[in-house]
Amino acid sequence: MNLLGKLDWSAVPFDQPIIMGAGGGVVLIIGAILGWVVLKGYVPYLWREWITSVDHKRIGVMYLVLALIMLLRGFSDAIMMRSQQAIAAGGAQGYLPPEHYDQIFSAHGTIMIFFVAMPLIIGLMNFAVPLQLGIRDVAFPTLNSVSLWLTASGILLINVSLVVGEFARTGWMAYPPLSELQFSPGVGVDYYLWSLQIAGVGTLLTGINFVTTILKTRAPGMGYMRMPVFCWTALGSSLSIVAVFPVLTATLAMLLLDRYLGFHFFTIDAGGNPMMYVNLFWVWGHPEVYILVLPAFGVFSEVAATFSGKPLFGYRSMVAATMAICVLSMLVWLHHFFTMGASANVNAFFGMMSMIIGVPTGVKIFNWMFTMYGGRVRFSVPILWLIGFMVTFVLGGLTGVLLAVPAVDWTVHNSLFLVAHFHHVIIPGVVFGCFAGYTYWFPKAFGFKLDEAWGRRAFWCWFIGFHLAFMPLYVVGLMGMTRRLQHYDVLAWQPWLLVAEAGAVIILAGIVCQIMQFVVSIRNREALRDVTGDPWNGLTLEWSTASPPPAWNFAFQPHVSARDAFWFEKKLAPLKKGQAAEPRKYEPIETPKSTPIGFVNAFFAVVFGFAAIWHIWWMAAFGILGAFAALLVFAFRDVEEVEIPAETIAQFDRAHPLEVAL
Amino acid sequence: MRYLARAVLFISAAALGGCSEGVLDPKGPVAAAERLIMLNSTGIMLAIVVPTILATLGMAYWFRASNLRARYMPEFDYSGRLEMLVWSIPIMTILLTGGVAWLSSYDLDPPKPLASVVKPIRIQVVSLDWKWLFIYPDEGVASVNHLTVPVGTPISFELTSAGVMNSFFVPQLAGQIYTMAGMVTRLHLQADHTGTYRGMSSNYSGAGFSDMVFNVDAVPAEKFAGWVAATRTAGPVLDAQAYADLVKPSQAVAPYTYRAVATGLFSGITKLEFVSTDSTDPSPHSDSSPHTHHAAQRADQ
Repeated sequence: MNLLGKLDWSAVPFDQPIIMGAGGGVVLIIGAILGWVVLKGYVPYLWREWITSVDHKRIGVMYLVLALIMLLRGFSDAIMMRSQQAIAAGGAQGYLPPEHYDQIFSAHGTIMIFFVAMPLIIGLMNFAVPLQLGIRDVAFPTLNSVSLWLTASGILLINVSLVVGEFARTGWMAYPPLSELQFSPGVGVDYYLWSLQIAGVGTLLTGINFVTTILKTRAPGMGYMRMPVFCWTALGSSLSIVAVFPVLTATLAMLLLDRYLGFHFFTIDAGGNPMMYVNLFWVWGHPEVYILVLPAFGVFSEVAATFSGKPLFGYRSMVAATMAICVLSMLVWLHHFFTMGASANVNAFFGMMSMIIGVPTGVKIFNWMFTMYGGRVRFSVPILWLIGFMVTFVLGGLTGVLLAVPAVDWTVHNSLFLVAHFHHVIIPGVVFGCFAGYTYWFPKAFGFKLDEAWGRRAFWCWFIGFHLAFMPLYVVGLMGMTRRLQHYDVLAWQPWLLVAEAGAVIILAGIVCQIMQFVVSIRNREALRDVTGDPWNGLTLEWSTASPPPAWNFAFQPHVSARDAFWFEKKLAPLKKGQAAEPRKYEPIETPKSTPIGFVNAFFAVVFGFAAIWHIWWMAAFGILGAFAALLVFAFRDVEEVEIPAETIAQFDRAHPLEVAL
Repeated sequence: MRYLARAVLFISAAALGGCSEGVLDPKGPVAAAERLIMLNSTGIMLAIVVPTILATLGMAYWFRASNLRARYMPEFDYSGRLEMLVWSIPIMTILLTGGVAWLSSYDLDPPKPLASVVKPIRIQVVSLDWKWLFIYPDEGVASVNHLTVPVGTPISFELTSAGVMNSFFVPQLAGQIYTMAGMVTRLHLQADHTGTYRGMSSNYSGAGFSDMVFNVDAVPAEKFAGWVAATRTAGPVLDAQAYADLVKPSQAVAPYTYRAVATGLFSGITKLEFVSTDSTDPSPHSDSSPHTHHAAQRADQ
């Protein structure tokens, strides 16, 4: 009986200088940051104000920080792949052997989807939705903290795989039979499965939380047709999460049963059917695309309206389009495997459905355009991301409709054309959207704007770098280059891949500009300070409170009497000027109490996940029991809320006079 | 602006020139039809995408805050006519491309035999870790990592996998089709011009995936007959034992041929009779239940 299961020193790849260098570097950086935090005495502050916080704004910020850190990891993988393909032509093997290269592209996809795009979206939803709805927190604040830390657990596990053991070499979809024990006996697939299972629980809880919040806890007067479009898109996204994440969890659970207990759900023998995994995976996988992109569309809607200085054009169309996408997104998944020999009826149906989803998306593009029509467009950084997105995304949509034609899909499926296509929609759609979002809401979160000049530089680097990096991939895809090649023998592809490499380097410059933007903005925060709480002349309720908002968000519950509630009030304000302001009577507010349960629970989840990956069964039991005991202790706590005295609120309000009070 | 136009022209020319040997340079009727559909759909959509891009840039530029000649209409947030327009434009585009998609799904359905007076050549394809086995059942020969086909003759493929999924793809001849263990997929194609075309696996299948490439030699019919005759005279025999050796994972295998093939080998492979598993069951193929015959196989009925 081995107490450490499959784990021993051979799990650490001491002979791989690239891995050890990267892993060692990361460990050093984390060690240095932790050491600095401890020495400076920040630990109690971080613990009290952030780690145990159940405040949706703090949780949102932490999600975004996690996502941006993981963006660096995912991008490192990307630039390594680009470099490998730029040199591994003809007889050359490049610098990454297959066993390493295959892990890198698997990790890149997994990380970018689950641990960059998802936390970016969920972070923005956390920060903005309750403020836009005019409420004090989400429906289940503690659950929210549990979700955050479970996502962090998944992130930790996937990064541990870099130095202890290996990551999957199956591609980010982990198709069986390749991902079955027979063909992937190592721990890589187990790292993939357990980190996604743990983070997936967190995501599902977030979905439930936001569906409840948006449906049940809006400010008085905020009917559905008065909700900001970002809230609508968050609702669409959360509904999809609730609908399809259980499918992913069940699918991965079946693969886990195959690998751990000798089941035969997806094996090639004994009645298993690998096609079923592919089918179920994309039942989740295609709605996932819209889970990511809908809230980004929401951000773009807010940005288009705000920076054009007028309300969004075609609000009702926008809402209808959002909900249509939400439903249609669940009827298109088969286009991910037109090449598996389904009948012509099936292919034709799903091809049509996939195209129909382009209709509401096209409507959105036109509506953003007509939002600018008749506006006063201020070219601040967020609207640069919007315009960059619009002109890029329509072409990504074009190649998407092409791929929805089954006969075309057969010729470019699994090629770099496909890779170019989905980056062409996800990068402008989701990534640009989230960059616009964090630039837009940053002054609300921290009380000062981000530096414009560095923001512009970041935008142009990303915009140009993106086109250089991905347009050549369309070309080599049409030339017959498939994805995931560690080396290739067609020298004609190489010039295009060198251009793509240059594009990746320019994107890197964009990322450096973003880091510089944070550094410069924090240094110049006094000059960039916003005391009005409404730096962009916004339309929605989040701009009606102080920046950063207090823990209670609004001293007085807003009463909403129109769409674009804050814009409406600002228009009425001059009319009310003569009237004497009513004296304000402050009342104490109850806010949910901070709790370490999310963090403690996540700790045990990591222990369990790591133990399960390495078959250390006593430790797995310890993780499960620990999580259960912690939840039990939490369930019996006596005090759930803290009361903020009226005087504190009054003091805060006096210190932050706002132009318009609702 | 003139330089920009020239640059665009140059890049497009380079791109199209570079696309020779790919899906834009078809050498057979199936690939040619698929390219036509791609170009038609692209054309339909460019007609709407390009104006949209220009209009977006134009709107943003004209309504910039510093342009005092632009009319500021802060109340303009609804127009029934415009809404009608913004829904109709994408719907009409999708109707056109959707029609193309619908018809072509049937016309070019991979299991559908090609209309031709020439009798098709049958080829059975098995993807292995990490090479391709091509069996010519009617000629009784087989080859590894190399296909020889007669021009102007429809080729009828039956495809399966010995283990993990792969995808059989010759970009200049036809779209790809997956190979899956325990299942048979079908594909029909034809080469109209003699030449050597690049083929590959286009679904990632593990460590040796990058070398799962093969050449397709399309040769005149008489040369093909000569190739078959020559192949029958030399090389090993592909029987159960030779197949067991072949199944073992290997990478970058140089092409070679088998002079004879044991009868029923392909159908045995599709029934998983040669699958070795870690299961303790001594006869893993005892279970050849109907699950091994999926939708993909309906076409040959």
